[in-house]
Amino acid sequence: MAEEFNHELLCVLSGFGGQGLLFAGKVMANCGLIDGRQVSWMPSYGPEMRGGTANCSVSLSDDAIGTPFITKPTALIAMNQPSVEKFAASVQPGGTVVVDTTLAMNGTDGVELADDVTVIAFKATELAEEEGLKGLANIICLGKLWAQTHFCTREVAEAAIAKCVPPKRQHLLEPNLRAFALGADA
Amino acid sequence: MAENNKAQERVLMKGNEVLAEAAMRAGCRFFFGYPITPQTELAAYMAKKLPLIGGTFLQAESEIAAINMVYGAAAAGARVMTSSSSPGVSLKGEGVSYMAGADCPGVIVNVERGGPGLGGIQPSQSDYFQATRALGHGDFYMPVLAPSTVQEMADLIYDAFDLADEYRTPTMILADGMIGQMMEPVLLPPERDPESLPAKPWATSGHKGERSHNVINSLYLSPEKLEQTNFERFERYAEIQEKHQRQELMECDDAEIVVVAFGAASRVARTAVREARAKGIKCGLLRPITLWPFPTKAIDQVIAGGASKFLSVELNMGQMVQDVKLAVNGRASVDFFGRTGGVLPTPEEVLAAIETVAAGEKVQQSAEPGAVGSLLPHQQHRKSAYERGE
Repeated sequence: MAEEFNHELLCVLSGFGGQGLLFAGKVMANCGLIDGRQVSWMPSYGPEMRGGTANCSVSLSDDAIGTPFITKPTALIAMNQPSVEKFAASVQPGGTVVVDTTLAMNGTDGVELADDVTVIAFKATELAEEEGLKGLANIICLGKLWAQTHFCTREVAEAAIAKCVPPKRQHLLEPNLRAFALGADA
Repeated sequence: MAENNKAQERVLMKGNEVLAEAAMRAGCRFFFGYPITPQTELAAYMAKKLPLIGGTFLQAESEIAAINMVYGAAAAGARVMTSSSSPGVSLKGEGVSYMAGADCPGVIVNVERGGPGLGGIQPSQSDYFQATRALGHGDFYMPVLAPSTVQEMADLIYDAFDLADEYRTPTMILADGMIGQMMEPVLLPPERDPESLPAKPWATSGHKGERSHNVINSLYLSPEKLEQTNFERFERYAEIQEKHQRQELMECDDAEIVVVAFGAASRVARTAVREARAKGIKCGLLRPITLWPFPTKAIDQVIAGGASKFLSVELNMGQMVQDVKLAVNGRASVDFFGRTGGVLPTPEEVLAAIETVAAGEKVQQSAEPGAVGSLLPHQQHRKSAYERGE
C-alpha cells in the first residue's frame, strides 16, 4: 500500500483522565519507535492526571526533537470541551483536529482555527458503546487521525497496538484493533 | 539491515525508569531513597527490579537516612545511589558533604522541580547553584552531569558511576521533571557484573587478616592535616576539570550568537535556534553536559570561532549565566532569559530573546510574564492575591 509518509507529526492528545489519551499517545509513540524515527512522549503530570484533564504531547520526527512540550501542534485529538478550548486554536495551518463530540458537544464552534485545518468531529464515545467497544473511543479517534495523516503504515500502527496491550490483557488486543479499524476505515 | 536492527533494539521508556535500569546495568546493587514527585518512578522501578538481581532496595525513613545509608554502603565499597527531587536533595546535603570529606563514591540523582521551599512539581533548573556550588558545607565540588534526552539518562548515569569510583567522589545527575517524566526511545547500555569492576582496596570491606584495617572518616582535628587532604582532593578536581568537560555544540561553527542551555531548557533552545537559523540569524547552541566541570574550553572555542554574544537560557532566575560570565571573562556580551517556578519557556519566547540579542538590545526579564513571546492560555500568569491588592 503506497501511502504518503508524514515527515513530522506533532500531536497533542487531551481529555479527561481515564479516557485513555496517554495510552493512545503511547501507541502513536510506538509507531515511531518501530519505524526507527525520533520520538518523544511527554505526559502532563501532577494534579491534572489525578482526575482532571490529562494530556500528552507526542512528537514523531526524522530530526532530533527539540522541546517535547508541543506549542504548535500539527494534530490534535480532543475528547472533552476544555481540551478543544485549550489546544484547537494552536493547531498549525494544514493540521488536523479530531474531536469526540459525545463530550465535546460544541465541537470546534467558537474556536478560531488556523487556515486549512481539517476538523473531524464525531461521537466517538457513543460509537464505541454501540459497537461493544466501551472505553476504546481513544483508539477509534487514533484510527481517524491515522486515516487523515498517515503518520505510519497500517501494519506499523497495528503492530504498535499489539505492543502496547499488556501480555496479561491479551483479550483486549482484538477489540483495540477493531476500534482502530472502525476509525481508520469508516 | 544494521539500521533496522538498531531500531529494533530501541525501547520506549520513561526517563526516570531509564536512570534506574541503566544504573543497575552499570553494576549498582544498592539503592536507598525516599519518594518524591517527579522522580518516584525511579525508586519504584528499583523496588521491583533490584531484588531480582541480588541487590538491595530500601525505602528509608527520610532523605537524611537514605543518604547516610549511601555513605555507609559506599564506604564498604558498593556501587550505590540515591535519588530525590529538589526539596529532598536539600536534606541530603550534609551526607553528601561527609561523603566528599571521606572520599566515598556514590551517585546522587536530582530530578528537579520548582522551588524554593516545597515549591511545585513541574520541571525546573533552580538547583544549579546547589549542585555546582554548595550541596553541602565545606571545601568541595562534585561532578554534575546534565542529561537532555532519555538516551542521555542512560549514558550519563552509566558514566557517573565510573567517574565517582575513579575519583572517589560523590557524583550528581542533575535532571528535571521533563526529562524524568517523558518517554523516548533508548538503547540501553550493556550489563556489567559488579564483580568485574575495579577493586577498591581502600574500602572497609573486611581485612580478613590479610591487610591492616581501613578507616573511612571525614574528621581531621589538625588543620594542617585537613588542609593537606583538601589540597589533595583539589588536585583530583583539577584533573577532572582538565579531562572531563563535556558539551554538545550545534550550529556553532559560524555562530555570532551562542545560546547556552542544558537539560530541559536546551530542548526548547534547540527548537528556537533552528527557527532563528531559518530566519537567517547566525545562532548556535552550546549545551553543557557537565555542569561541573563547566565546559570553559568550549566557550573559548566558540569565542575563537567568532561568537560575540552569549545568551544563557535556563529554567530559573539566572544561575548558570554566572558560569558563562566567568568563562567568557569579558570577551563577549552575556545575556540571560529564563522562566521559573516550573514554567517552561516556549520556543517562541526563546526565539524572541535571540532576536533581541541579535538586535543588540538587552533581554527584558519582565515582571509581566508573557511580555516576551506568546504563551498558551494555560501558561499565562495568574495574578497572586498580593498582585491583585487583596
